[in-house]
Amino acid sequence: MDRFVFLTFDGLSKGAVLAAFALALVLIWRAARIVNFAQGAMAVAAAYAGYSVTTATGSYWLGFGAALVGGLLIGMVVERAVMRFVDHSSPLSEVIVALGLVLVMQAVLGMVYGNEFLPAGTPFSRNALSVGEVPLLSRYDLFVFGAVLLVLLGLALLFTRTSVGLRMRASAFAPEVSRLLGVNVGGMLTLGWALASAVGALAAMLVIPTELGLHPHAMDLVFVSAFTAAVVGGLDSPPGAVVGGLTVGLILSYVSGYLGSDVTPMAVLVLLLAVLLVRPGGLFSSTVARQA
Amino acid sequence: MTADDVILQVRGLTAGYGAAPVLQEVDLTVRAGTIAAVLGANGAGKTTLLRTLSGLVRPSGGEIVYGGQPLRDVPVEQLVRRGMAHVPEGRGVVAELTVDENLRLGGLWRRDREDAGKALAEVYELFEPLAQRRRSAGHQLSGGERQMLALGRALVARPKLLLLDEPSLGLAPRVIAQIMALLRHLRDSTGLTVLLVEQNVRSALSVADEAVVMSLGRIVTATSADRLRDDEELRHAYLGF
Repeated sequence: MDRFVFLTFDGLSKGAVLAAFALALVLIWRAARIVNFAQGAMAVAAAYAGYSVTTATGSYWLGFGAALVGGLLIGMVVERAVMRFVDHSSPLSEVIVALGLVLVMQAVLGMVYGNEFLPAGTPFSRNALSVGEVPLLSRYDLFVFGAVLLVLLGLALLFTRTSVGLRMRASAFAPEVSRLLGVNVGGMLTLGWALASAVGALAAMLVIPTELGLHPHAMDLVFVSAFTAAVVGGLDSPPGAVVGGLTVGLILSYVSGYLGSDVTPMAVLVLLLAVLLVRPGGLFSSTVARQA
Repeated sequence: MTADDVILQVRGLTAGYGAAPVLQEVDLTVRAGTIAAVLGANGAGKTTLLRTLSGLVRPSGGEIVYGGQPLRDVPVEQLVRRGMAHVPEGRGVVAELTVDENLRLGGLWRRDREDAGKALAEVYELFEPLAQRRRSAGHQLSGGERQMLALGRALVARPKLLLLDEPSLGLAPRVIAQIMALLRHLRDSTGLTVLLVEQNVRSALSVADEAVVMSLGRIVTATSADRLRDDEELRHAYLGF
């Protein structure tokens, strides 16, 4: 039982990061109908920016902030300089361009920083705090939960309570009508990419210290799990991304804990297949038919 | 007719999709404070005309002068700031947003927040069913309610010129009559100019001051709505009934 409780909390902690990363994928899907396969590479690039600032200043928090700002800027540049000019008539061209971006970014990061794992620190201890005899969560896990929760609340407020959020949603759902109503749809798209990229950068900053360290490919496997989480939840649904992320995190933790870490990629694939067979649109997919 | 009377002047407008032009050398004059009906069969180019006027389709030739200013390379999203509102065919309600969000969207660009709020309140007063369904999503509304919402959202911007594409499409005769009465009321009470594209000729002529008939991308006649309504020969020649 103790082990189950420990694995549950560990899974929720992993799942929180996956939820944030899945949310980044969902944000771009909703805004541009693109599965951003470059999300992992963009997040790693932002994390490297944070690493540079931390190394230069000695401050984790300055580096953390720089990674988030770097994520915003990378998202803006990728949308403005690359994705805007991609032929949107075929989804394949967007996928190919995104994969090309991954290769370019990872190659450039490798040339600039090297292909060795760089140490990534944490601002809080990763030693688990015990309740009774059961180790549950570390201070770092609490920080991860807090940061992800803050971002989720912030995004929820942005989208439901502000005029910018209303413009962003309208642009995503009905770009032509939004333009007729005076909305700068291109600007909203750029903002969507920037926000998604910043959320991805946050996920990278949270997860990389718990893995082997900073590396150009550090987010590759995380991307696979987060993509699964986004599809499980429904690519159109931010709450679905959160539930999908937590579900995938828990499954990864249980499978790894009880069956061994070699089996975890298989478990993710089985989950993805099961959801696609039973509910192809994802658990939280909208059943609303467009009538207007 | 003086230059001040004219809100929209179109000269030699040619536009289309790809290589084939849909509109060919279209000339059109719309006087301020009137309702001008654009009539014609399917494929005549009526919708393309409105889409070109609002900037959604880029013209390949000709000139559009709106409010005395030529519209050249003006982005679509700027036109609403100049007082031109376009309610597209199919109504263009954002199905995923609520009634209130759709309406607020119509006035988000406005700097005068107080007047935008006032305009929103006026729309709710004008369309009572919308006031009762503020929190309903667009896809939950009936066809008539969606048309009210699309019209109301355009009115929140306090436009000078309303481009209205097939407002009667799929609606019951009673609802169509209400919409036409509303257009008449808006013209008379606010001086709103309406360029009304309609396939429902009788409804359009019941409210219009001027009428133009389009065929194969060209304007084949432009006359007063009264004349087109009353002159059987003319109606037969251009509208086939």
